[in-house]
Amino acid sequence: MSGVWHCAQLVIGRDLRLAFRNRAQLLHPLLFFGIVTTLFPLALSPEPSRLRDVAPGVLWVGALLASLLAIEFLFREDAQDGTLEQYALSGRSLTWLLFAKTVSHWLLSGLPLALASPVVAYGLAVSPGAMPGIVASVALGTIALSLLGAVSAGLTLGIKRGGALLSLLTLPLAVPLLIFGAQATARAIAGADMSAPMYFLAACAVLGITLAPLAAAAAVRISLE
Amino acid sequence: MDWTWFHRFGSPPHLYGLARRLTPWFAWPAALLIAIGLYGGLVLAPPDYQQGDGFRIIYVHAPSAWLSLMAYTWMAVAAAIGLVWRMKAAHAAAASCAPIGAWFTVAALGTGMLWGKPMWGTYWAWDPRLTAELVLLFLYLGYIGLRSAIEDPQRADRTSAVLAIVGVVNVPIVRYSVEWWNSIHQAPSVMKFGKPSISWPMLTPLLIMFIGFTLLFVALLLVRLRGEILRRERRAQWVAEVVTE
Amino acid sequence: MSVHRLTGEALHVFRGERHVLRGVSFAAQGGEYLEVTGRNGAGKTSLLRTIVGLVHAESGRIEWNGLDIHRDARAFHAQVAFLGHESPLKADLTAMENLHFAIGIRRTIDATEIARALGETGAGGFADRPVRTLSAGQRRRVALAGVVLAAAPLWVLDEPATHLDADGHALVGRLVERHRASGGIVIAAVHAPLPVAEPGTRHLGLTSS
Repeated sequence: MSGVWHCAQLVIGRDLRLAFRNRAQLLHPLLFFGIVTTLFPLALSPEPSRLRDVAPGVLWVGALLASLLAIEFLFREDAQDGTLEQYALSGRSLTWLLFAKTVSHWLLSGLPLALASPVVAYGLAVSPGAMPGIVASVALGTIALSLLGAVSAGLTLGIKRGGALLSLLTLPLAVPLLIFGAQATARAIAGADMSAPMYFLAACAVLGITLAPLAAAAAVRISLE
Repeated sequence: MDWTWFHRFGSPPHLYGLARRLTPWFAWPAALLIAIGLYGGLVLAPPDYQQGDGFRIIYVHAPSAWLSLMAYTWMAVAAAIGLVWRMKAAHAAAASCAPIGAWFTVAALGTGMLWGKPMWGTYWAWDPRLTAELVLLFLYLGYIGLRSAIEDPQRADRTSAVLAIVGVVNVPIVRYSVEWWNSIHQAPSVMKFGKPSISWPMLTPLLIMFIGFTLLFVALLLVRLRGEILRRERRAQWVAEVVTE
Repeated sequence: MSVHRLTGEALHVFRGERHVLRGVSFAAQGGEYLEVTGRNGAGKTSLLRTIVGLVHAESGRIEWNGLDIHRDARAFHAQVAFLGHESPLKADLTAMENLHFAIGIRRTIDATEIARALGETGAGGFADRPVRTLSAGQRRRVALAGVVLAAAPLWVLDEPATHLDADGHALVGRLVERHRASGGIVIAAVHAPLPVAEPGTRHLGLTSS
């Protein structure tokens, strides 16, 4: 019998290999993130002080929408080609397998967004000193976001053209992440102590790790019925 | 343990009959209490020393806000029961809760905005409680949207049940995060919904309104539940008997 | 080793508002093949999905070796290899990679074992080609290799020979025979009967409701 860690490795390994064979698709959320955040200076003004004021909001709304774009495809292909069914019948905990899938999703969408955020932030006239804090806050926030997204993706599985519904389900639930995340980024930019919002983000991530895979597994099982 | 009572309770004809018999026991006291509460609140209670008569909208706003949350909780509990014990009647109850809760949320938002106009000079000032109420409305709409997007009724029941449970875990977090957000961004000119120094002649009608609205919610729920059961069981023999009665 | 036994009793299954299975019962034990036939829409797929526990029956029960299958679903699933209508393969992975990831979740497996199984199902020649370049019949052969590799006593196959040529049809028959001989149970929904010996074969005909 192969152990649970080995199972998780296989699930993550499969997703990473598939993503690597479709590298172009990996870039789509990043490009989306880039273009959305480019729109703000064009719509507002290029004046650095104003951009710096709105930077946390722009960064977070952009990251939220970009990862929403990726979430739609989290389970869709696996549902269509029968992989989810095989996961559900593998004799392994579906909750655990879906958690592994969520981890690979974060590695492929949340982490790249976090790593790309300094580029976007620089464009919004944020000083380089704030970058480590920004990367940390986006990385931590997207963990919870990926988990939340796994639940919504599971819920909207069997629905044709579920994209808009997915947003309607996910965004209200993501309000706390937006608030804490944008605040953490704002404090990083101001050079202030960002521990309070970071703790909140971490708490959301922990709560998500405990509950979201369970809910996602329940939703996926229902969709297979 | 003997669970037959549980399943008998959950059987559609039994629940339908029970709902029909119970409705007047909630509807009439609700009407009476709301009438008393409104009279007490609008006529008997003295005006607030700061807000004058404007505060009186609290007699509708506060109970609506309370019920918007309670309906969501009830919905989640019913959904969880339906999910765990595969009880159809519980899913029917959850489905009935959603539109009622959504309307109470709309009422809370509407009255809150009316209250805001004299206080802040604008209908909408991103007051934390109203903002949380707005997010709650989106949660309700998401639930209703998900339910209507799934054609298979059993899958709709079970999928939306998972959403209701996830939502009910999230609601307190949303409330807390919005309060926290507000405490950071509080502009000096914006006054929070004051907790008026409340006196007994003001408080008593409010308590009566709370009880009256809760009873009203139960009565509405029972009525909707009956409709929901009939719709779901429309092929069953007992429904034909009830309808031709 | 005791003989495996699968029984279904008075199963009623609804799909939406459609009452698909009305009191279906069946039984099969180790060494037997249960052939499920019926017109399109008679509920063959629903029955198979109920047997593996994906679909919950409204009433009735299914027992594996005397235990309700939902009692310890994970232990039961470890004993089942399920092949649905579609071959559950990733188009961007090769046949070898597909099976490495899919079967690896169930049990420890190495490349030689996978290659051997692919050879048995006549998929050895395209083991290293991405699945997207394979025909539907070739994919089916890869999927059948997956069923063999799962090493589960109970096989539940939905149209196993679909897309396969005459040679493939005979292959499915041989696989079923071999699995029976080793004490396994095969349940398959088919349109055309599989070429297997009649002794040890049971038939379950579903009539459209």
